[in-house]
Amino acid sequence: MSGYNFAYLDEQTKRMIRRAILKAVAIPGHQIPFGSREMPLPYGWGTGGIQVTASILGPPDVLKVIDQGADDTTNAVSIRRFFARTAGVATTTRTVDATIIQTRHRIPETPLHEGQILVYQVPLPEPMARLEPSRAETTRMHGLQEYGLMHVKLYEDIARYGRVANSYDFPVMVNGRYLMSPSPIPAFDNPKLHMSPALQLFGAGREKRIYAVPPYTAVRSLDFDDHPFRAGRAPGICALCGADDSYLDEVVTDDQGTRMFVCSDTDYCNERAAAAAIQGNAA
Amino acid sequence: MAYVAVKGGERAIDAAHAWLAAERRGDPAVPALTTAQIAEQLGRAVDRVMAEGSLYDRELAALAIQQAQGDLIEAAFLLRAYRTTLPRFAYGRPVDTAAMLAIRRVSAIFKDLPGGQVLGPTYDYTHRLLDFALPDAPAAPAEVDAEPQPLAPAFGILGQEGLVEPDEAKSDDAPGDLTRDPLAFPAARDVRLQALARGDEGFLLALGYLTQRGYGNNHPFVGELRVGEASVEIEPPELGFAIDIGDVVLTECQMVNQFTGSRTAPPQFTRGYGLCFGHSERRVMGMALVDRAMRGAELGEPAEAPAQDVEFVLSHCDNVEATGFVEHLKLPHYVDFQSELETVRRMRADAEGTSK
Repeated sequence: MSGYNFAYLDEQTKRMIRRAILKAVAIPGHQIPFGSREMPLPYGWGTGGIQVTASILGPPDVLKVIDQGADDTTNAVSIRRFFARTAGVATTTRTVDATIIQTRHRIPETPLHEGQILVYQVPLPEPMARLEPSRAETTRMHGLQEYGLMHVKLYEDIARYGRVANSYDFPVMVNGRYLMSPSPIPAFDNPKLHMSPALQLFGAGREKRIYAVPPYTAVRSLDFDDHPFRAGRAPGICALCGADDSYLDEVVTDDQGTRMFVCSDTDYCNERAAAAAIQGNAA
Repeated sequence: MAYVAVKGGERAIDAAHAWLAAERRGDPAVPALTTAQIAEQLGRAVDRVMAEGSLYDRELAALAIQQAQGDLIEAAFLLRAYRTTLPRFAYGRPVDTAAMLAIRRVSAIFKDLPGGQVLGPTYDYTHRLLDFALPDAPAAPAEVDAEPQPLAPAFGILGQEGLVEPDEAKSDDAPGDLTRDPLAFPAARDVRLQALARGDEGFLLALGYLTQRGYGNNHPFVGELRVGEASVEIEPPELGFAIDIGDVVLTECQMVNQFTGSRTAPPQFTRGYGLCFGHSERRVMGMALVDRAMRGAELGEPAEAPAQDVEFVLSHCDNVEATGFVEHLKLPHYVDFQSELETVRRMRADAEGTSK
């Protein structure tokens, strides 16, 4: 696009962001403040992820953008178009073909591989924000590795409800040191964070923070010995591809309240359905 | 019934934007606005967008207002997203507001003062009666014969007695810039004032109002309020002297507040300060009240009210950030909602199981 630099941001800004990313990779799970810019998309709509993607994107990259696991949700479409327009890079909906995947609220079902980068859009990078609103205070708590507040919250949930009430944005310990928000992914996705071969970058534009989980880093969902972490999904199988292991969306199909369940990850679902069709033809 | 996955997001977006453009234009039988009309005749809207967009450019602000259908927060966002792409070639020198050519200057703490009370173009003392004749008013209004003039600041008089705290010592440090560096706490006053100067007018108004109603009371008086044109100067390092790069209309408020003194300072009047692009007295008065309220730590006052909590104020005063995050709730959240559904269902099943 004329009048703008490749991938919109000027090179000085990209360099500033890449420095923040390098720091973040060096200290897994630690939130690095950065000079977040005003983007032509609104705060809260993925500006952190967009800035991270813009800073690491190169002409040979192949970009995939998902929201709720789907490539065709409006905001995913909008962000994919933004990069197609400002950087002219190739885009894809196939997880295996992408070099960079920008995501909101999901980790793809298809296992990631080395060399891939998963960029998360993060609304509230501070995992303790709902327990302690002061950033000055939570910064101190991270410094002292003082996470009792979060353990007490989980304990109180168990005492009151018999289980931890967080079902998404479930807090994790990264590399045994920093408490981290995995962004509002369902707790079902948390195990995929652990020892992932891909580089995972988290960008929070409005809150002006970047953090990272380097490849093959231990990421443990907080739990107790007698209450181990449990990831939930709707009990059922996908009505389109028959998957019984994927995260499911519940879709109301008529005004009598009839429900069906389908994969939230549209690429995973399409690939499975296509493979089944090929097998069916071969048989 | 077969389930059809929602496709065609691109076409839907294009169609929505085309509809928006048609709605923006309105009835084609009605003549289109020009940005010049907006810049000239909706000046206070332009001023607000320049202040909250943090960019002094009347024509671009007018364009943003037109493009946003008069939604001033959307217009400020358009201006900000443009501003952030502009190169920064210098920091301006501190603006000398005492030398501004004032069209208006009032002080509530003196009956009269050197230079006088200058009402200028103000809505104060207008009777808020709809002027049904306004649309048909003659094209050329009566000429104004007053000349804008430099006026000595009201504080000179009190400052001589040491009754009002003096200006902070000038610093050679580059000022903080929260558009380049992320906000960190504790935030220094330069950064606090920058955040307030571009903060949401409604938020500043409400917080200032709260301080008057007992939530962080600080007994304010308008020491001086002035509006006028001031010169902006920069000092390019290769020249070694300052050059004037143009004039901007500014509104400035010096609020005075009673202070009973502390271990380190004698009883005196302290000050809250407000300054903004364009003509907006409400904005700078709210800003001055909140600026003073946030100086509690420095003056040994307890921070009990929201306006006194620096982190509370600075983290929430920006309406471009606020509107983005509030409005992002419109984006799909069905994955998280599904996980909540499952959790609530399991909790209900647990509860029914135990109650039986």
